[in-house]
Amino acid sequence: MRDFLEKMMLIDRRWIYLAIGLAVIIPAIKSFHVPVAVSPEVRKVYDFVDDAKPGEYIFLCFDYNPSTMAEMNPMAYAILNQAFNKDLKVILVTLDQFGAGMVEEIATRVAANHKKVLGEDYCFLGYRPYPAIVILAMGIDFRVPFPADYYGTPLDSMSVMQGIKNFYDVKGVIEITGGSTADFWIIYGNGRYDFPLALGLTGVMSADYYQYLQSGQIFGIIPGVKGAAEYETIVIFPGEGMARMPYQVIAHIVILLFIIISNVAYFASRKKKGKLGGGV
Amino acid sequence: MKREIPLLIVGISGFAMLIQYFIPTDWSEFIFTYAQDWVIVIGILALPLGIWSLVKANVEKLKVPGERFYSAVLLIGFLVMVLTGLKRESLEYGTTFMTIFTNVLIPIQATIFSLLAFFIASAAYRAFRARSVLATILLLTAFIIMFRFIPLGPISTVNLSAVAWTLSVPNMAAKRAIMMGIGLGATATAIKIILGIERTYMGHD
Amino acid sequence: MTTGQLILNGIAAFLTLCIFSFLYKDNPFYKFAERLVAGVATGYWTMLLYHTNFTDKVIEPIFINGQYHYIIPAVLGIMMWTRFSRKWSWISRYPIAFYIGIGSGVSITVYLYTYLFKQLQATISTPLTLDLAGLNALIIVIAVLSALIYFFFSSAHKGIFNVASRFGIYVIMIGFGAGFGLTVMGRVALLVQRIIFLRDYIVALFGG
Repeated sequence: MRDFLEKMMLIDRRWIYLAIGLAVIIPAIKSFHVPVAVSPEVRKVYDFVDDAKPGEYIFLCFDYNPSTMAEMNPMAYAILNQAFNKDLKVILVTLDQFGAGMVEEIATRVAANHKKVLGEDYCFLGYRPYPAIVILAMGIDFRVPFPADYYGTPLDSMSVMQGIKNFYDVKGVIEITGGSTADFWIIYGNGRYDFPLALGLTGVMSADYYQYLQSGQIFGIIPGVKGAAEYETIVIFPGEGMARMPYQVIAHIVILLFIIISNVAYFASRKKKGKLGGGV
Repeated sequence: MKREIPLLIVGISGFAMLIQYFIPTDWSEFIFTYAQDWVIVIGILALPLGIWSLVKANVEKLKVPGERFYSAVLLIGFLVMVLTGLKRESLEYGTTFMTIFTNVLIPIQATIFSLLAFFIASAAYRAFRARSVLATILLLTAFIIMFRFIPLGPISTVNLSAVAWTLSVPNMAAKRAIMMGIGLGATATAIKIILGIERTYMGHD
Repeated sequence: MTTGQLILNGIAAFLTLCIFSFLYKDNPFYKFAERLVAGVATGYWTMLLYHTNFTDKVIEPIFINGQYHYIIPAVLGIMMWTRFSRKWSWISRYPIAFYIGIGSGVSITVYLYTYLFKQLQATISTPLTLDLAGLNALIIVIAVLSALIYFFFSSAHKGIFNVASRFGIYVIMIGFGAGFGLTVMGRVALLVQRIIFLRDYIVALFGG
């Protein structure tokens, strides 16, 4: 048994790849429902949008690209659907170089579903590089970095942007990102202009932002695909987040088993070699 | 002059932006507005540097036998996008330009990053062992966090409470301490840049 | 799915499998897809920059709207291109200095506010009451102090300092463990999205 465990410790990594690949294929063939409990930080984001009155403005910043869209797209769809359902006016922007195409597609599709008109009900400002400077400039006036929208229409000619100058004219900002722009929004956005800010983050990043939640610098976090599933549960929007939870369950079970087997094998081999445990 | 004038520019512009924060008048907001606007324009014009570097490097690689094919693929991809994107309307959903974006760029980029799932599973198996007290603490915490995905009735309820507490108390405290250190370091670096002590951005003569 | 969509999604599926082939070993299909995405991404970004940034912030303001003050940052931006010349690259230091100076000046106040003042305030302002919230507040104060002490290397870690430092590293390990646990979810989500795409394509191809 001990020899077998020692061999398991040295297994070729491609067998591990195969195991995890098979693990995520199982729910693709036969899915199942996973109950999702909603966490307070996700509910706060939902409540923020839900408390807005028809005609109020929210600012959505979708700063992600294809590398993180698996986690970010479900959040983006859920929030945009909720906003349009409540007849809110939406201002969209992206500060990620490959985000513009994806955001444009999402906005066009969701707006069409809700019969919302570009320029009257929502505006997509487009993309600018150097997020920190753009956020600072938007705090003065959206027209400083964006004299025209993504399609080249001057902002002053759009009815949705009449009387809207900067962040003080919107209810708040929800930033969905898989990169460092979350820091820029907190530092240069909320830090300079002190507007309500919530973040939708990848799983990798979300553990690093709870201190801002506790300090009140952000009012909510949607952490990763599970957060997206939680959001979809409250919004009652059957989206990709909920659909992906069975895969997460199976994959996590497999990885937990890997960790258990690996540690059992490790301790078994340590006993055999009779070594004392290492220090800290 | 080649180094002194840039240092002077850094010092004056940096100091002006610093004191502007504490002087909320019309003229200070005027300076702040124009500073941000001009930096955006400078930045936009600086970005072609990277594009030019990439194209030039791959044109040179066309002469290298082993790299010729792959460099040609890169350059063809680049040219196709440039040619299909000549009009502003090409940026809209449904055009050839955006169809290539959706069916080439998105799947490849998304899949490259999806490989990380395999690598993290491999790392979890091969490296994530309780070799020491610190590694054990890390392992147990990760275990608690990952366990929340497994629906086991009342055990899950207890686990979810543990996860919520772990994220909002000890994890939050650790990240706060790290962030405070980063903030102090970044502030010190910014001050050093303005005072001319830190000059690495200028490169070498 | 229409025939056109099947073909386009087929291309996407083929490219997805090219990248997945790297899991076995590096091969020409993977290299092909990798270089293709680099070219397509650069081309996409070039045209996006040209149409939405260069046109809106340089061409239109100067040549159409008559806002000639934009000529100054435009000239500064063009000066950056001298970086490619060994003889004239010193000229690029002027726009870099302007950019760095403004960025540094703006960041000092907001970094101190965001990373230090607000965090300190949140750490010490929660009341230490005799309930769970108060206990958590006490743990947070002790944990933050201990973790900061761990990173303080100007004094030797001896005596009570050493005890606090050891507690600090344990707290930091909890933070890293939490990060790892959430990272697994994030990485798996990326893979799941591709698997779902491939499954949907196979179903559309064979299932109609």
